Amino acid sequence: AKLSRTQHSKIPFNKDISCFNGNIMWLVIAVGLVRAYLARGSYHGLYYSIEKPLNVCPLCHIPGIVPSSVVLTGFQVMSRVFLTWAVTHSVREVRWTVCYYFVTAWTVTEIIRYSFYTFSLLNHLPYLIKWARYTFFIVLYPMGVTGELLTIYAALPYVQKTGLYSVTLPNKYNFSFDYYTFLILIMISYIPLFPQLYFHMIRQRKKVLGHVEDYSKVE
Amino acid sequence: MWHVEILDAKTKDKLCFLDKVRTFFFSSFIYNKFYVDVNPQWYPARQSIRLDPKGKSLKDEDVLQHLPVGTTATFYFRDLGAQISWVTVFLTEYTGPLVIYLMFYFRVPFIYAPKYDFTTSKHWVVHLACMCHSFHYVKRLLETLFVHRFSHGTMPLRNIFKNCTYYWGFAAWMAYYINHPLYTPPIYGEQQIRLALIIFLFCQIGNFSIHIALRNLRPPGSKTRKIPYPTKNPFTWIFLLVSCPNYTYELGSWLGFTVMTQCLPVAFFTLVGFIQMTVWAKGKHRSYLKEFRDYPPLRSPILPFIL
Repeated sequence: AKLSRTQHSKIPFNKDISCFNGNIMWLVIAVGLVRAYLARGSYHGLYYSIEKPLNVCPLCHIPGIVPSSVVLTGFQVMSRVFLTWAVTHSVREVRWTVCYYFVTAWTVTEIIRYSFYTFSLLNHLPYLIKWARYTFFIVLYPMGVTGELLTIYAALPYVQKTGLYSVTLPNKYNFSFDYYTFLILIMISYIPLFPQLYFHMIRQRKKVLGHVEDYSKVE
Repeated sequence: MWHVEILDAKTKDKLCFLDKVRTFFFSSFIYNKFYVDVNPQWYPARQSIRLDPKGKSLKDEDVLQHLPVGTTATFYFRDLGAQISWVTVFLTEYTGPLVIYLMFYFRVPFIYAPKYDFTTSKHWVVHLACMCHSFHYVKRLLETLFVHRFSHGTMPLRNIFKNCTYYWGFAAWMAYYINHPLYTPPIYGEQQIRLALIIFLFCQIGNFSIHIALRNLRPPGSKTRKIPYPTKNPFTWIFLLVSCPNYTYELGSWLGFTVMTQCLPVAFFTLVGFIQMTVWAKGKHRSYLKEFRDYPPLRSPILPFIL
């Protein structure tokens, strides 16, 4: 449900806290990543330092509290949960290579997004945050999507070799599932879905940031 | 005599002005005038003309005199989009599963490994399942042609793509496993299959009885709405407890088929169908309650006492 500006001030304080907490989680990940990298001097093993907060983070999304389309947020949450649990966590081999692209992209995006929500709820939104939220995605979305696709692609050979999460015939329930094919179908589904999300954000950007440009023209 | 003006429901532009409309005319007069005078692309089935921009459409049989308007009546028009008749949609969506299932049953090439092409399963339950599935869809096709009386002639065109994807997709998915060379028959063998077949046939007869009873509520060509009651046919006695027993029996049929084939995709199909039918049953139940003051209080939408 979309909340109007006046309703924001009536929201009880605990929702502000949960937004704030969401922000903290992503900051924790970001800081953890940077520290681990500086300490080890390489990418290897970085995954383990962020595994716990990373796996919990997508589950922290709070539908319904913030004014965002349920369907789009739903897709985002699903893809995040899927990537962390069903791919990165399940397939050890992808953990210390390509997954960093999307982790970084997500981290930066989410910090900005949560700051945006937090400040909106407090009715005190600095223009910089709004600008960042509607501008950074132009680079971060493609970066995140590329990272996600690369991660899934990297996981494919291992899924095929081990038959992970797959069920074959014959069995008494007369059912089969091929996780390898499923992952390929997921990758293909990015083709119709990603442009829709991306252009939705671009349209939002024109709407939200466009107003300010109109005002400056008037003056 | 009246003046009638029709505005676009969204933009409020004046689309049409009809002079000297007689009060005893039906709304269908307006629909046809609109079609002829304003835009021939907007055939009557595609028009929604209402008193309020967000209100319900005027029905063809509404008499202008009985509408709450002054001497100049203002109506709002909404384009419902391309329409397609219910009969067309039903026939298409039911023929698909019939044909598709048979393709898997006869093991047409490119589905299973080439050595199985055009072979038949060695399990007799697979032949039984094919007969039941085919019977079910032939029954549905015949009911569409000869039994059902539809209150709305048409539905939006995009529905045919949605519905066909659902029916044809699930039919292919189920048929693939039931007719697979590596199919495993039910654990409890003949007992399980026999029980399932009895449930299936019982519910098929029940479902058909309800369709006949509903048809008999409505004289040919009319769109009257009445409360359905149990008839002499024992299969209709379930009307005492349920508003939409056709859905109850349909669920029973597919549960029978699931037990008969012991196939998880069939169980999924049954579940999804049950969810959709529950939504429809609740809607129907609610509109019965709204329309009829004396609606029997004991009835539930789809499952007696439960749902």
